[in-house]
Amino acid sequence: MEVALFIPCYVDQFYPNVGLATVNLLERFGAKVEFPEAQTCCGQPMANSGCFSDAAPLARKFLTVFSRYQYVVCPSGSCTSMVRNHYANLLPEGPELTALRGKVFELSEFLHDVLRVAPQGRFPHRVGLHQSCHGLRELRLASGTERRIQSFDKVRDLLAGLDGIQLVDLARTDECCGFGGTFAVTEEAISCAMGKDRIADHERAGAEIIAGADMSCLMHLSGLLRRDRKPMRVMHVAEVLAEATA
Amino acid sequence: MSAHELRADGAATGGVQRSSEHDGAAAKPGQANERDNGAGMPSATNGRPHRHSAAAPPITAGMHEHPRKAAAFVANDARLHWHDQAVWFIRAKRDAVSSTIPEWEQLRSLGDQIKKHTLSRLADYLEEFEKNAVACGAHVHWARDAEEHNRIVHSLLAARGVTRVVKSKSMLTEECHLNPYLEERGIEVVDTDLGERIVQLRREPPSHIVMPAIHLKKEEIGELFHHELGSEKGLTDPKILTEVARQHLREKFLAAHAGITGVNFAIAETGGFVVCTNEGNADLSTALPPLHIACMGVEKVIPRAKDLGVFLRVLARSATGQPITSYTSHFHGPRPSGELHIVMVDNGRSAIMGREQFRRSLHCIRCGACMNTCPIFRRSGGHSYGVTVPGPIGSVLAPHAKPAAHASLPFASTLCGSCSDVCPVKIDLHHQLLLWRGELGRAGLIPFSKRIGSKIGGWVLARTWAYQFFGKLMRWLLPKLPRALVYNRWNAWGQQRELPEAPPESFREIYRRQHGR
Amino acid sequence: MADSRREVLRDLRAAQLPPAPLPELSGLGLRYADPRQQFARSLTDVGGRCVLMAPGTPLGDELARLPEYTAARKILSLVPGVGRANVDLGTVADAHQLHDLDFCVLAGELGVAENGAVWITERGSRYRAAWFLAQHIALVLPAWKIVDNLHQAYERLSVGGPGFAIFISGPSKTADIEQALVIGAQGPRSCTVLVTS
Repeated sequence: MEVALFIPCYVDQFYPNVGLATVNLLERFGAKVEFPEAQTCCGQPMANSGCFSDAAPLARKFLTVFSRYQYVVCPSGSCTSMVRNHYANLLPEGPELTALRGKVFELSEFLHDVLRVAPQGRFPHRVGLHQSCHGLRELRLASGTERRIQSFDKVRDLLAGLDGIQLVDLARTDECCGFGGTFAVTEEAISCAMGKDRIADHERAGAEIIAGADMSCLMHLSGLLRRDRKPMRVMHVAEVLAEATA
Repeated sequence: MSAHELRADGAATGGVQRSSEHDGAAAKPGQANERDNGAGMPSATNGRPHRHSAAAPPITAGMHEHPRKAAAFVANDARLHWHDQAVWFIRAKRDAVSSTIPEWEQLRSLGDQIKKHTLSRLADYLEEFEKNAVACGAHVHWARDAEEHNRIVHSLLAARGVTRVVKSKSMLTEECHLNPYLEERGIEVVDTDLGERIVQLRREPPSHIVMPAIHLKKEEIGELFHHELGSEKGLTDPKILTEVARQHLREKFLAAHAGITGVNFAIAETGGFVVCTNEGNADLSTALPPLHIACMGVEKVIPRAKDLGVFLRVLARSATGQPITSYTSHFHGPRPSGELHIVMVDNGRSAIMGREQFRRSLHCIRCGACMNTCPIFRRSGGHSYGVTVPGPIGSVLAPHAKPAAHASLPFASTLCGSCSDVCPVKIDLHHQLLLWRGELGRAGLIPFSKRIGSKIGGWVLARTWAYQFFGKLMRWLLPKLPRALVYNRWNAWGQQRELPEAPPESFREIYRRQHGR
Repeated sequence: MADSRREVLRDLRAAQLPPAPLPELSGLGLRYADPRQQFARSLTDVGGRCVLMAPGTPLGDELARLPEYTAARKILSLVPGVGRANVDLGTVADAHQLHDLDFCVLAGELGVAENGAVWITERGSRYRAAWFLAQHIALVLPAWKIVDNLHQAYERLSVGGPGFAIFISGPSKTADIEQALVIGAQGPRSCTVLVTS
């Protein structure tokens, strides 16, 4: 199985370990990985700001880079959702875009639904699982607390099999962290208030590590934790699984 | 378990925006406010006259409205968390009660479909409603906009020598700013929903469409009643305060010459309409005075009486976590010795109908669930939106009429999507918020700093070499800069957060190296 | 005003929306093994009181067990058999005269187990203001008139006019002050449903 890696721009620049963990996992579970070097960014920051015309060339570039692959896997729910759900706002419908939508996967859903793996390994830590909103409500990685449907959680399923892991009970299991892209700076006060409330929830629940499937959320939470010199750390789910299954 | 009045009507399009007069005045107890009357209460007009025709304020002002007010709200940490918990509590109640309905998601879909169908033939259904309403003995009036609505209501009252009106909750009348219009013409209007009466006495707009006074503490209400109603100083027991209001409002009901209500649902097949309350104030407003005026937005019509089965089952559960309101009144024609006038209002709704991407916002049944779940609403309060209907639905409705003035609202969101998932009629709220951002971008209503940032970012990211080059440069430079240069007042990210650490190598550099290139 | 009507209708038609089907509503709603019991539970949950009357009990006797009724001085009953009722609507010229009504007894025409609501119509009676001015109300509802859910209710009822009708579910209430639930807002402070067999 050949998989093209789509590494978000900020992961490429600031969190290379998440990209490396993604590679490790995919290879460990039997995928042949390729990293198309021409990739840069899915265009979400521009689209998020309302500048659709600045985002469109990036969407076209993305199509050019990734169209030829059978699977495109990305360790970010929001970037994956950008392609799958929001490129329709930027590009005209067409066979290429339709095909692309069907083959771009977020890492957790790829491991859970396509590779169908049940990771085994040891991770003896108290972990607070942060449900990143785009992964949750746009990619439906889990059922969420709003809808009255059969409960499921793909990310939790991947972690639950690890030896020694304790997934703590949060008061609000899927409230937004407050990152929201450019929101983090344009509505800085609320953004940080939201992030601090998430952290307080994890603290009360006794988490050592906040884990999530989107590094953007974790970057924001980590920024708050480090400014307040708190010992709690953040890890991407890829890093947790890579460490546990090593 | 709690009980709240349900909003009857309303949308945030058009009309005079009065709320900006109340910048921050409402939500802070005991804080000195340059606009208060010295007793810690907002003064009558907060020092500014009512504006009746607002020219669009400068773009930058509009764009910074919500963030500015939100920051002020957040600054009072104790109050922030109190408000957040209070509103979250209602979300939690909604969760609990919707869990008792196995077919909840099916009801949401049905509500969406019924509304979609109704909109597709809205004019026909309105004509059918009018015909049947007239057959029941009601008079039906049509208003193109807020101004016409106010004129119609006023002329009905003036022609009958009405000087005292009682009103039950109607977002539509708020949207049209009916109260000041009537008051300027010598008519007393008493809002009879307890929460609405409280904010009316405080001379501020409601901060939530279902719980107008959710931003206030009982001590503040006790103070208010002492000043305005002459009750004992220092009352804080909600039971006692409610009793004070009950006695006060009883007098108003009995003395009123006319009652004005909103409309939750207007039934095309019968010509009747439904008003939902927990307090019983819509009924007291309309069973005593000889004249009943019901004000509705044109999108409130539904095809059949049986459709109420769907909407009533999701409305109160979504709004307050109760299976139904205490009173669900079905009005068909006037009382035997009375008059019933129904005023149907467009005020920008037909314009929204014409915009395919935003049309579904007209499905709204004004339950407020989107506000209760919105993490931004809970932490900034309804007043920070500066519009009649706040929160996610308000942010999607307001920019139609005044895009520049309300340009910050679609950005007052992380697009988390929780609102869309609680909406009982499945409005794709967070998707519409994103689309609004694109509309505002196309209209040039995004501030220069954001646009130039996007242009530059877009240019760099479109070129692999540039992306790699500037990425490497940034990672090289950042650790070398003195902290004061990086963390200062121009670095919004850095006010309360550390920037991510800059690794020596990017992922692609490591990957390239590991794969021998 | 005819202009406004014409313009609004024209503006609404201008959008030319594609047709969308009106869904059929069938088989919806919860069913209960014991709707009467569920009705009682639902009503109690919303702050009302449900009394399942034993067969043959005179209405007046059952009412006499309610403290609000025994303490009431001015009682209006639209249901026969309430001996202490002393307000004769025939002598009332204006609803305002009923401002000091203590207790009002009304006939329920249908009850909904799902939410404890009782359907009441004017049926030729006057001064519905009494139903809301009264400090306390009692609704008399035959048990066989209780349906499971609101969909069934609307199927059974013929909603239409002219006239007023209402679903009353429990007493008036509010939580507008710091979300503290207060029973007894503007309307009646209590609501007792007497379910007759």
